[in-house]
Amino acid sequence: MRKLREFIIEKLVLLCGLASIFFVVLIFLFLLREGLAVFKTISPSAFLAGKSWYPISEPPQLGILPLILGSLVVTFGAALISIPIGVGCAIYIAEIAPKRLKEILKAGIELLAAIPSVVLGFIGMVTLVPFVKTVFHLPTGLTALSGSIMLAFMAMPTIVSIAEDALYSIPKTYKEGALAMGATHWQAIWRVMLRAASSGILAAIMLGIGRVIGETMAVMMITGNAAVIPHSLFVPVRTLTATIAAEMGEAVIGSEHYFALFAIGIVLFVISFAINVTADLFLHKRQ
Amino acid sequence: MVIFKIDDLDIRFGSVHAVRGVSMEVLAHEILTVIGPSNSGKTTFLRMLNRMNDLQPNFKMSGTVEFEGDNIRKMNVEILRRKVGTVFALPLPLPLSIFDNVAYGPRMHGLHGRGKLAERVEEALRRAYLWEEVKDRLQESAFKLSGGQQQRLCIARTLAVEPEVILFDEPCSGLDPISTAKVEDAMVKLKQQYTLILVTNNVKQAARVGDRTAFFLSGEMIEIDKTDKIFTAPRDGRTDDYIRGRFG
Repeated sequence: MRKLREFIIEKLVLLCGLASIFFVVLIFLFLLREGLAVFKTISPSAFLAGKSWYPISEPPQLGILPLILGSLVVTFGAALISIPIGVGCAIYIAEIAPKRLKEILKAGIELLAAIPSVVLGFIGMVTLVPFVKTVFHLPTGLTALSGSIMLAFMAMPTIVSIAEDALYSIPKTYKEGALAMGATHWQAIWRVMLRAASSGILAAIMLGIGRVIGETMAVMMITGNAAVIPHSLFVPVRTLTATIAAEMGEAVIGSEHYFALFAIGIVLFVISFAINVTADLFLHKRQ
Repeated sequence: MVIFKIDDLDIRFGSVHAVRGVSMEVLAHEILTVIGPSNSGKTTFLRMLNRMNDLQPNFKMSGTVEFEGDNIRKMNVEILRRKVGTVFALPLPLPLSIFDNVAYGPRMHGLHGRGKLAERVEEALRRAYLWEEVKDRLQESAFKLSGGQQQRLCIARTLAVEPEVILFDEPCSGLDPISTAKVEDAMVKLKQQYTLILVTNNVKQAARVGDRTAFFLSGEMIEIDKTDKIFTAPRDGRTDDYIRGRFG
C-alpha cells in the first residue's frame, strides 16, 4: 500500500516536471508552424533584410530590418545607460554602503522591479517624452532614446541584484590579500573583486539585456512606433515586440501578415534564447 | 635597529578583549616567532602591525605602535601595508595567472613596462624558491599549483612589493611536512634582507626558525626572549607548560 502511494506520488511529480518541457515544445512547434508559413511567399533573406514593413499594402511588403534595428537601437541605448549605473550600484551596495543604507537600497531596487511595465510606460509617456522633446529640441519626444531610458530602469533591478550577488559571493580573502599588499579600497575593487566576479557580472548584464529586448508594453507606448530604419537615438522607432503586440489583433488569421508576425516571434525567440544561453554559460563558468 | 616599538597595546572587538597591555620591540633582520594557544591574541597582534584589524567591525585599540619611529595610526595605511607585507594562513592566490599574481602589487604601485615587470617577478619568485618550479608555466592559472607552491607564490607576491617587514600568519597550517620545510627554508634565507614575524601554532616550527620567541596567553604576552632560552630555560612556568605540551 505504502509502496503504491510512493509510486503514484513519484509519477505525479514526474508528470509536473515533464509538463513544463512539454508546453515549451508545443509552443515552439506552434510558433514554427505558423511562422515558417510566411516563407512560402517571401524568402528568408528578403524577410530579414527587407527595408520596408508595409504589411497591409497590396502586395504586402514584409521586410523586418527596420524592426530588428529598432529593437537593437533601443536595447543598445538601454544597455549604455543601465550597465554602468547598474554595476556601479552593485559595487556600492556590496562594498561601500553602510549597513542600513544597504538595506534601504536593496529594498528600493526590489520595489523598482515590482513596478508593472505598463505603469512605467505610462509615467514615461507623460513625463519623460515631453522632457526629451524640449531638451533635445525634437519634433516629437516619442523616440528610441525615451524607450532606452525607460527600459534601462527595467533592466537595472536584474543587473544590480545579480551583480551584487556575484560580488558578495567572492571570497573575502581576495580583498584582504589585495589590501595587505597596500591596495587602496578602490584598487582592490577594481583589479581583484570585479575581475573575480566578472563572469557573474557579465551574466547579470546579459539577463538585463534579455529583459530589455523582450519588453513590449513600455516601448510600445513611448518609442513612437515608426517602422523606419533608425539612424540615431533621437528618432521614433518600432521594435519587434511592439509590432507583434500592436498588429496581431488586426491581422487576418491565415494571411501573410499573420504568418509574418509569427515569424517575428521566432526571431525574438532566437535572440532571447541566445542571450539566456550566453548568460548561463557565464554563470556556469563562475562555478 | 628597532623596527616596531609597541607600547601598552590593548585591542578589543566589541566585548572581546583580544590583546591586553602588550609592550615589546621588534628588531631589524630577525625572525620573531609568536607562539601561544588559539585565542591567545597572537593573530590579532600580528594584524595590528599593518592595520589589517581596521577591517574588522567594532575594532578598538589603545596604546601605541611605532613603525620606524612613526605612529602607525598616523601613517598612510597603503604605504604602511606596502612596507609591512602579510602572508596569510591559507594560501590565497588571486584568480589570475602565476605571473599576474606576482606582478599584481608592483603594477598597482605604478611599475609598468614588460621588461621591468618580468625582472621584478623573476626576482621575487627566486627569493621565494619557486622560480625553478614555475618558470615554464608563468601564464597558467595560479590555482593549478600545489598548496605549498601556492603559499610560496603568496610569499613571492608579497616580496614583489619590496616590503621591509613580512608578517607570516600560520603560513604552514595547511601544508604537508615537505612543503612546510620548503617554506621554512625560504623564511630563514629571507631574514638577511627582511624582518620576519611569524605567528605559529607549531611550537617546533617556532624553535626551528626563530631568533627570538614571544609567548602569548589569553591576550597577554607572558614573556619574550631568545628562542633557545625560551625553549630551554623559560622564566615563566606557563611558558614551560605550553612548550612541553601540557596544555593548549
